[in-house]
Amino acid sequence: MKRRLEISELIFKIISYVLLTAFALACLYPFIYAISSAMSGYDAVTYGQVVLFPKDVQFMAFKKMFNDNMFWNSYSNTLFLTFFGTIWALGIAIIGGYALSKKRLLFRKFFNFFLVFTMWFSAGIVPQYLNYLATQRVFSKFGITDDKWLVVIAMGMAAMNIILLRNAFEGVPSEIEEAAIVDGASEFQVLTRVYVPMTKSTIATVALFFAISRWNGYYWARMMIRDNNEHPLQVFIRLKLEEFTNPEEMAGWNQPYASDSIIYSLIVVSVIPILIIYPFIQKYFAKGTNAGGVKE
Amino acid sequence: MKAKASDYLIYDEEKKTYRMDAEQAVRDDVEKHYWLHVGRTILKDWRLYVMLVPMILVFLFWRYFPMYELLGCFKLYKESTPVADRLFIGFSSFKTLFMASGPSASLSLDFWRAMRNTFLLSFYGLLFGFPMPIILALFFNEVRSNVARSALQVMTYLPKFMSTVVMTSLTIMLVRSSSTFNGMGVISQLLYNLGWISSDVANAGLLNQPGLFRAIYQITGIWEGAGYDSIVFFAAIIAISPTSYEAAQIDGAGKMAQMRYVVLPSILSTVVIMLITRIGHLLSVGYEKVLLLYNTNTYVTADVVSTFAQRVGGVGQVGNSNPGLAMAAEMMNNIVGMLLVIGANTIARKASNTSLY
Repeated sequence: MKRRLEISELIFKIISYVLLTAFALACLYPFIYAISSAMSGYDAVTYGQVVLFPKDVQFMAFKKMFNDNMFWNSYSNTLFLTFFGTIWALGIAIIGGYALSKKRLLFRKFFNFFLVFTMWFSAGIVPQYLNYLATQRVFSKFGITDDKWLVVIAMGMAAMNIILLRNAFEGVPSEIEEAAIVDGASEFQVLTRVYVPMTKSTIATVALFFAISRWNGYYWARMMIRDNNEHPLQVFIRLKLEEFTNPEEMAGWNQPYASDSIIYSLIVVSVIPILIIYPFIQKYFAKGTNAGGVKE
Repeated sequence: MKAKASDYLIYDEEKKTYRMDAEQAVRDDVEKHYWLHVGRTILKDWRLYVMLVPMILVFLFWRYFPMYELLGCFKLYKESTPVADRLFIGFSSFKTLFMASGPSASLSLDFWRAMRNTFLLSFYGLLFGFPMPIILALFFNEVRSNVARSALQVMTYLPKFMSTVVMTSLTIMLVRSSSTFNGMGVISQLLYNLGWISSDVANAGLLNQPGLFRAIYQITGIWEGAGYDSIVFFAAIIAISPTSYEAAQIDGAGKMAQMRYVVLPSILSTVVIMLITRIGHLLSVGYEKVLLLYNTNTYVTADVVSTFAQRVGGVGQVGNSNPGLAMAAEMMNNIVGMLLVIGANTIARKASNTSLY
């Protein structure tokens, strides 16, 4: 027989459902509003008539943006930073995490501390900036004048992600490694043929973390990339926002769409790739973060 | 330690012969030629150590070198001169920051304001932001339908994956005043219609109100992170064995009693770990978000140490900057932050045997 719900239980359940739904809708609303506003006419956006659905539908804001060369530039720069940044950081994190996961590694405690310490103590913005400037000088000595490589190579490594990978590798039974070595596998083959396939979900999670942080990166890209043509999308959005908030810049605006619509359309376009991959990887990261935990 | 091979001979009484204490010999040998043995072990397993090299280089160059650069706060800053070659000035930068007197009095006041704001933003984040994911996780546990729960979870995790720029741009546009070129943002419109804000506030813009900055910071923080942060608590809740609930029910525990005596004790260690992490990061507020949301009108409540430092230190701009002073401010912030991590960890270890590091 099914147990009858108590009153207190029922009330709690109802409250849970109502508040959760409200919160979930609040999480989605700004994006829905952004999509609607990107497609609405000037008056509708300016005088607050857009609440949920677009009004006076127009696609000129999108069109205007797609005709902007700077937009495509920034989009390809973001793709560049995300692609190479993720490969670089993930590659280093996988081999480093693998080595750290071995009990036979000498000075293992020291290497772990070397990583974890950077989570406790970060030098701060100004010393990092001075350090990146120095790196920039060294890079240009080697003929690398494209600051995007500086952003790819020098930024975005995270100790937390390496620790996640290390913990996942530690979870692989050592018998499997021994069997592979008996079969004549080298250290590198053990990693690529045994460990990587067995920790796919954690690697996918970490790759996702790296890729998202690269896609979303703003501050250092803006500070370190000197050439305006090399700025990524996030910097482009912010610069557009700053431009459109400046009354002097906006004095002669006579378009059938509001300037906000351009920002909204930029936001929509910048978010779409994340929305596309999100459902596929969503199940991985929930698993990965739980399995990883924080331990040492 | 023994020196010669004969020192390791032990006379066996029963067999009437000598035998070699090989284990002790090896142990002593390792002790004597420690680095030789280290070298041999590394050489034998060199592939493993080569794998560590890129990681170590990256952290050394771009995590540890900045820490060395930070020592420049004890030196007089000089452009493109290594830290070691700069003129040592001791604690003079710190004095300038701490003492609100003389020509740099306003700078010192700004520094203390930034320290206070940093602490308050984090503290309010702890107070309001920390319980939210736990509450969400408890709520998620009430949703029995897997499909509905997954759908709700996916929706609430989503903002975490949006960039700070997207989030702050939306915030700026949704709460902006009616006096700018583009009309009132939809949220300030709503709050005004509800009568929660006066027309003065609405006209000046919510983000120009020093009194509202902290609230906006916390609300956007919860909006952004609460769903995602609930993952770890929810995982702890679903790990509770159903028999615990049954036992509590047999003992006559209602819903609230089960919550109090079954659920909360079971997730306590997770809560403690997350709390320590949070306290440890008490002084590292997300400067990117502050930087993108604040303006000269809201420096009073919004300016944190990082933003103060990057203004004083002239990050990304030319001229009129004092990196030495900025680094002194960051050094101060970092040391207090580190003491907080160590302190929080010690307390947690004593109180519940849960330790993070």
